[in-house]
Amino acid sequence: MLRTIRVLLAILNLALIPPALADEAALRAEIAKLAEAKFPQVESVIEALAASGDPAAAPVLTALREGRIYWRKSDLVVVTGEKAPKRSLILRDPLSGEELETVKSREAKKVKVNNGLRNLIDGALSGLTLRAPDAGTRLIAAEQLFKTRDPETLPALDAAIAAETDEGVAAEMRDARAAIILQDADASPDASRVAIARMVERGDADARTILSGFGSDDPMLSAAAQSGIEGIDRSLRLWGYGQNIWQGLSLGSVLLLAAIGLAITFGVMGVINMAHGELVMIGAYTTFVVQEFIRTSAPYLFDMSLFIAAPLAFLVAGFVGICIERGVVRFLYGRPLETLLATWGVSLILQQAVRSIFGPNNREVGNPSFMSGAFELGGLTITWNRLWIILFALAIFAFLLFVMKRTMLGLQMRAVTQNRAMAADMGIRTGWVDAMTFGLGAGIAGLAGVALSQIDNVSPNLGQSYIVDSFMVVVFGGAGNLWGALAGAFTLGIANKFLEPFSGAVLAKVLVLIFIILFIQKRPRGLFALKGRAVEA
Amino acid sequence: MSALKGDRAVPAPRSGHAAALDRKRLLNTRGWTFLLVLAAVAIGVPWLNATGALPDYAVPLIGKYLCYALLAIALDLLWGYCGILSLGHGAFFALGGYAMGMHLMREIGDRGVYANPELPDFMVFLNWQELPWFWWGFDSFPFAIVMALFAPGLLAFVFGWFAFRSRVTGVYLSIITQAMTYALMLAFFRNEMGFGGNNGLTDFKDVLGYDLQSQDTRIGLFVLSALAVAGGFLICRMVVISKAGKVIVGVRDAESRMRFLGYRVEGYKLFVFVLSAMLAGLAGALYTPQVGIINPGEFSPANSIEVVIWVAIGGRGTLVGAAIGAVVVAAAKTILTGLYPEAWLFVLGGMFVFVTIFMPRGILGVWDSMVDGMWETRGMDPAERRLKA
Repeated sequence: MLRTIRVLLAILNLALIPPALADEAALRAEIAKLAEAKFPQVESVIEALAASGDPAAAPVLTALREGRIYWRKSDLVVVTGEKAPKRSLILRDPLSGEELETVKSREAKKVKVNNGLRNLIDGALSGLTLRAPDAGTRLIAAEQLFKTRDPETLPALDAAIAAETDEGVAAEMRDARAAIILQDADASPDASRVAIARMVERGDADARTILSGFGSDDPMLSAAAQSGIEGIDRSLRLWGYGQNIWQGLSLGSVLLLAAIGLAITFGVMGVINMAHGELVMIGAYTTFVVQEFIRTSAPYLFDMSLFIAAPLAFLVAGFVGICIERGVVRFLYGRPLETLLATWGVSLILQQAVRSIFGPNNREVGNPSFMSGAFELGGLTITWNRLWIILFALAIFAFLLFVMKRTMLGLQMRAVTQNRAMAADMGIRTGWVDAMTFGLGAGIAGLAGVALSQIDNVSPNLGQSYIVDSFMVVVFGGAGNLWGALAGAFTLGIANKFLEPFSGAVLAKVLVLIFIILFIQKRPRGLFALKGRAVEA
Repeated sequence: MSALKGDRAVPAPRSGHAAALDRKRLLNTRGWTFLLVLAAVAIGVPWLNATGALPDYAVPLIGKYLCYALLAIALDLLWGYCGILSLGHGAFFALGGYAMGMHLMREIGDRGVYANPELPDFMVFLNWQELPWFWWGFDSFPFAIVMALFAPGLLAFVFGWFAFRSRVTGVYLSIITQAMTYALMLAFFRNEMGFGGNNGLTDFKDVLGYDLQSQDTRIGLFVLSALAVAGGFLICRMVVISKAGKVIVGVRDAESRMRFLGYRVEGYKLFVFVLSAMLAGLAGALYTPQVGIINPGEFSPANSIEVVIWVAIGGRGTLVGAAIGAVVVAAAKTILTGLYPEAWLFVLGGMFVFVTIFMPRGILGVWDSMVDGMWETRGMDPAERRLKA
């Protein structure tokens, strides 16, 4: 305890002295004392390093805590050591990190620390890092203090707040300060009131924990804390709904991606394509091949890999789709059940083909840099890849709508679907339109594969896991209606995510399936059923 | 459903001549042949095993094929005669299998790894304190048999009652049956369901006091399976030749017309669906003790759709063909996965494509046309001949 206070007093002193005064030579002199040091000497070195207030001392202290500080037996030079194979050590300069030499393990001796010293180092480190030149380090130190809430760090914290220039870091430090005050039974009522207000303003789950841990004899303060907790609960619940909706949208976009190609082949053409999932898988494997190629021959293109893979996946899957249509499906028009069986056969062949070529294991597909990481939006955590996938799904949807409503191919597709004989009489090559429509649906499935490769395992079974879901979406939304697929996908996605907290992920899925089965009983043609002649066509 | 009906060559409804004319007697020539072959197998396999010509493992293996044959016959009754393509028949089969598996788990008693007399091993492992209510009664063998029929029957009744009443037909029905078995698979994979989760039920010791590992018990189960196939076949035949059978075929070929004629189509469909599910459950109940394990994988949609291909390959709407298809494909699977594991899915997938495009009436269909062609060259009308036969 006394030690800690001494360290803190030292830091406090140094808060007033500019850190530049603690020059490197002084640090080196202190560090050199670690050679042959016993615990008391080590302790004094830690205190001196803490007192230096120089952030450069922080990595040394960290290394000491982790037992990476050694001294060389030959000349008593203190170094950091990194274990290397064959019982050897790579020695580095403790301050600059410059590599010195590699020696046998027995030629250097480790500076030992015990738990008491480790605690001392922790306290010293958070004090040191609160004044580190890098704002990110200071932020981490402040967050650390917010978690540990040690009342004895308060003076150092106050000094750091006064010196802090970065607004975000200062806010986090004030949060930490408020948390420490609420922890401290001796704090004045005024200070506590300010701290409670601060925590309510912060308003997240951590703040709630701190407020609920706050006890006071003053009824005013207790009431303030209590109402603060209730307020936080309310907003947390709202953010929780928000997070559910976001995750639901994210799941919905995945479902939409998987189902949207099916909305063409099944919804528009009426062909049950059980090989649809395998077309998605082919898209994912195309991405894998593109990335492999880029890795070996043009690594600088890696961030562009998805933009290269997407059109290729569209073409590859579309081509496979056209082959399926010309080779199998066209002999079976008007026999939906037989189509179902034959395309299932095709799906088995495609699966095994991919397994034979690429092996049965998962293949790694990397995230380009713009798709990794996450950001915070209020109480929501939003990962970039999910956000891009939602946008991608919507973009594909818009593209498909455009093709269907605004292009010649779309016009011909709809004509052939509504009245094949009449369309043929008008000079439309119905066979060609069939092939193109199927190819379009297959190509879209390939695009979906590019997106799914970013969030799912790329394995030969990839398609299998989506086939039931995507049929559910199309059937639920109403076959033959693109908007139905959109509404169906997002409804099912959000419903799934809202059920999950109550029932667990698997049961939520089962419940959604049961719901769809019941729903189809009520509306056998889906949410947005076609009306009029098209129904019986 | 099909938006493309009209100018494509749609084959005439498959009230094929063969099926149309053998609707009179319980057993025609083909039926007798089938039963005789079955009897020959039921006697021949144990005999060959006793003489040492057939290795021990072959008996439960062929027994397994017989269970598949019964499952295929059940599906053929539904699909071939009533036109309902169920992609979830594996679910009924698995439910029957689980009912039997639960009884076998109870028979283990305190001989499990944890030697707990009250609870099966996996419950002890999951720290369950007492037997869940849905395991009650499974100590009794007759109860388990009843449940093996009742549980699939009940599921089929509830499912079918909703589906047929609201006139979900064709592809939509197929897809929701697939969703049903998929949902059940996910549910059974959960440990909390109390059915052994991922591992399913296994490590069975004996049934009715007979050791499941002994060859005598296996032969007994094998003969029972053969009897069950024969029984299932006869039940299906009885349904098919009855007046109700005619209505059922009518529903397959022209559902709306039957409805306009005043038949309650839903009732007929429901009857066939439930009967078919119960036969599938029986097949499952015989399957579990012979294979020694039942797990949620049996619910997977791929398994169910494989049953459909058995029926399609054998020839739908013939019952006998379904059994032949099941045995042929399952045997091919055993042989090929042993010899060329890579090739099996190519072969299976290829069969799906080939049969649907080139052999829409399956093996028996090809056989029929061959026989017809032979008779025609001798100057006899095939239909007339069959009437005489």
